Amino acid sequence: MALLEIKGLEAKVGERQILNGIDLTVNAGEVHAIMGPNGSGKSTLAQVLAGRELYQVTGGQVLYDGKDLLAMPPEDRAREGIFLAFQYPVEIPGVSNMYFLKAALNTVRKHRGLPELDAMDFLNLVREKMKLMEMEQTLLNRPVNTGFSGGEKKRNEIFQMAVLEPRLAILDETDSGLDIDALRTVAGGVNALRSPERSMVVVTHYQRLLNYIVPDFVHVLSEGRIVKSGGKELALQLEESGYAGLGIYDEGEAA
Amino acid sequence: MSSSPNSIETLANQEYKWGFVTDIEADAIPRGLNEDVVRLISGKKNEPEWLLNWRLKAYRHWLTMVEPTWANVHYAKIDYQDIIYYAAPKSRKDAPKSLDEIDPELLKTYEKLGIPLKEQELLAGVAVDAVFDSVSVATTFKEKLKGLGIIFCSFSEAVQEHPELVKKYLGSVVPTSDNFFAALNSAVFSDGSFCYVPKGVRCPMELSTYFRINAKDTGQFERTLIVADEGAYVSYLEGCTAPMRDTNQLHAAVVELVALDNAQIKYSTVQNWYPGDKEGKGGIYNFVTKRGACRGVNSKISWTQVETGSAITWKYPSCLLMGDNSVGEFYSVAVTNNYQQADTGTKMIHIGKNTTSTIVSKGISAGHGQNTYRGGVKILKSATGARNYSQCDSMLMGDKCGAHTFPYLEVKNTSSQVEHEASTSKIGEDQIFYCRQRGISTEDAVSMIVHGFCKEVFRELPMEFAVEAQKLLGISLEGSVG
Ligand SMILES: Nc1ncnc2c1ncn2[C@@H]1O[C@H](COP(=O)(O)OP(=O)(O)OP(=O)(O)O)[C@@H](O)[C@H]1O
Ligand SMILES: [Mg+2]
Repeated sequence: MALLEIKGLEAKVGERQILNGIDLTVNAGEVHAIMGPNGSGKSTLAQVLAGRELYQVTGGQVLYDGKDLLAMPPEDRAREGIFLAFQYPVEIPGVSNMYFLKAALNTVRKHRGLPELDAMDFLNLVREKMKLMEMEQTLLNRPVNTGFSGGEKKRNEIFQMAVLEPRLAILDETDSGLDIDALRTVAGGVNALRSPERSMVVVTHYQRLLNYIVPDFVHVLSEGRIVKSGGKELALQLEESGYAGLGIYDEGEAA
Repeated sequence: MSSSPNSIETLANQEYKWGFVTDIEADAIPRGLNEDVVRLISGKKNEPEWLLNWRLKAYRHWLTMVEPTWANVHYAKIDYQDIIYYAAPKSRKDAPKSLDEIDPELLKTYEKLGIPLKEQELLAGVAVDAVFDSVSVATTFKEKLKGLGIIFCSFSEAVQEHPELVKKYLGSVVPTSDNFFAALNSAVFSDGSFCYVPKGVRCPMELSTYFRINAKDTGQFERTLIVADEGAYVSYLEGCTAPMRDTNQLHAAVVELVALDNAQIKYSTVQNWYPGDKEGKGGIYNFVTKRGACRGVNSKISWTQVETGSAITWKYPSCLLMGDNSVGEFYSVAVTNNYQQADTGTKMIHIGKNTTSTIVSKGISAGHGQNTYRGGVKILKSATGARNYSQCDSMLMGDKCGAHTFPYLEVKNTSSQVEHEASTSKIGEDQIFYCRQRGISTEDAVSMIVHGFCKEVFRELPMEFAVEAQKLLGISLEGSVG
């Protein structure tokens, strides 16, 4: 069953057209990797799927669980189970990570018709997920992402994902900025969440991550289009020959 | 959070809900101001000669003064002859003696405001003095407080019943000639609250005054005087609302606090006067002088204010730190949305040895709002070992509003320490989107971020007031981040 169906998606920011017709179908339980040169539109795709209003959809259609995704406000998409691990997680000074996450979890739970978690139950859940992610307690008491190192921010994103248990997780370069050990832990956390009901779209530049999170499909994005799709071996091939080997150039060079 | 019935989401859909007008026959005097009006007000209150003379002196001095223009606020010239200086609900000639005697319409008004006037609401643990237009209508719990020797009553009553205390302290912190609005208030003040806590007594409940302007074109000039005798403690809350009117109304109050040796006064305000409409029409001009004197050793005065209302706010709750080791505190949240303007801050004057002061100011500007922090720290030569810490943060929502900071510092000795921190931040579209991506609505996100920004101040408020203040903030900032 298709959880996500993207058909001919086009989007622009200001006057600049970035996505030029994306077609992608993600079935329940599948993991899709998206690769592609800098500036090819990977983050834009992720943000459009999450509902960022900065980007204007100029064409195409997206169905999520059979529903018109583009008609939903971002918070409804989140409540319906879409989670975006940001390439650049945002700092929110003054709001504790713990408080933030509890508010998020309870709105999502409420949407799913589940009772809100009280402080105790929440703490127990958080402890369990913290262990999984090898998260430091102190990060939880600090304001959301504020002053976190690059790696800590990425780890925090996956930790939030583990707590929120989405149906569709979009990970935007979660591996960049992580040291080798952290990469292993974070990937381990992601793998622990793999299930037949949960789908993932993993944006990355490196095969390295895909050694841990083995994808079912790999797609290459260039100039706002998917120019090549294949199995996990496509990533290995890219690692070897680079995008040039596929006849794809960086945005800058292509011009 | 959004599951609670009081979520910002539901609140955000409300307009200024305190904007109703109560239909009560009022005993008002003609517009305008002259010596006869001052005499008339004093006469209506059956005041002693000395007080009338005190008023007249203030009035004559006021005539020689000019309205200050240094504040960073802009408004059309006020016609002081077009204001009604006294309006009282007419139901009874004399001030009501008990709750049963109060006009039921008035009681309904206070019910709408959510003020527990009835003794049955004793559980709320807050003693209330309610000031409606110019007169004080009811003071609850008076008997209970009396048992402890605490005097808590309307100002007029204090003049009649405790003239010696009033005479001793009135104008002792804010002299009649202090500033233009204080002088005006001294001449025409109509009522207010009075509180005296005797030696060694800790007031067991929060004392509270609610101010409400009801009559049209009236000014409200109330006077509050709180005295904490040696070793006494009192926490005092002040709340205010006004009907929605498209003309501006003047509110020029004076609050004086006196703390003697080892005494402590905590004064909290949630100011929610009508701010005017979205285009900036109407609203209250809130020109208030608040000052506390830490006269005794180890005394402490804390001002906490949450200012969300008024078209214009002009106020600087200050502390005179006279006693050795005395402590002054100022915690403030000021919100300006639409066309509101606020010029607020504090003045800490260190006179005694080892005096300390803390200033925490949080300004939030949205819409076309202009928010100015103006704070002065003055450490005199005598104040050896004095310390001050100031923190002054501004938050901007949108790009049409403004935040301005004017810290003034004067240190006259070398053994003192002064620390100042300031920051400006913006609620960004990226922050809101991040929250929404996690399922949190825009309203909840704004309220969460704003609350995070203000929490050092909210922490200082008594519990029920903190909840109230948080709600007000949500309403005041409705629709400011799109
Ligand atoms: N808000 C914006 N304003 C202007 N240009 C933008 C904006 N967002 C994206 N772009 C442009 O759109 C193009 C695609 O950006 P996007 O972030 O989607 O690339 P990416 O594939 O994620 O790149 P990277 O691998 O470097 O993360 C880039 O050229 C970028 O400069
Ligand atoms: Mg990117």
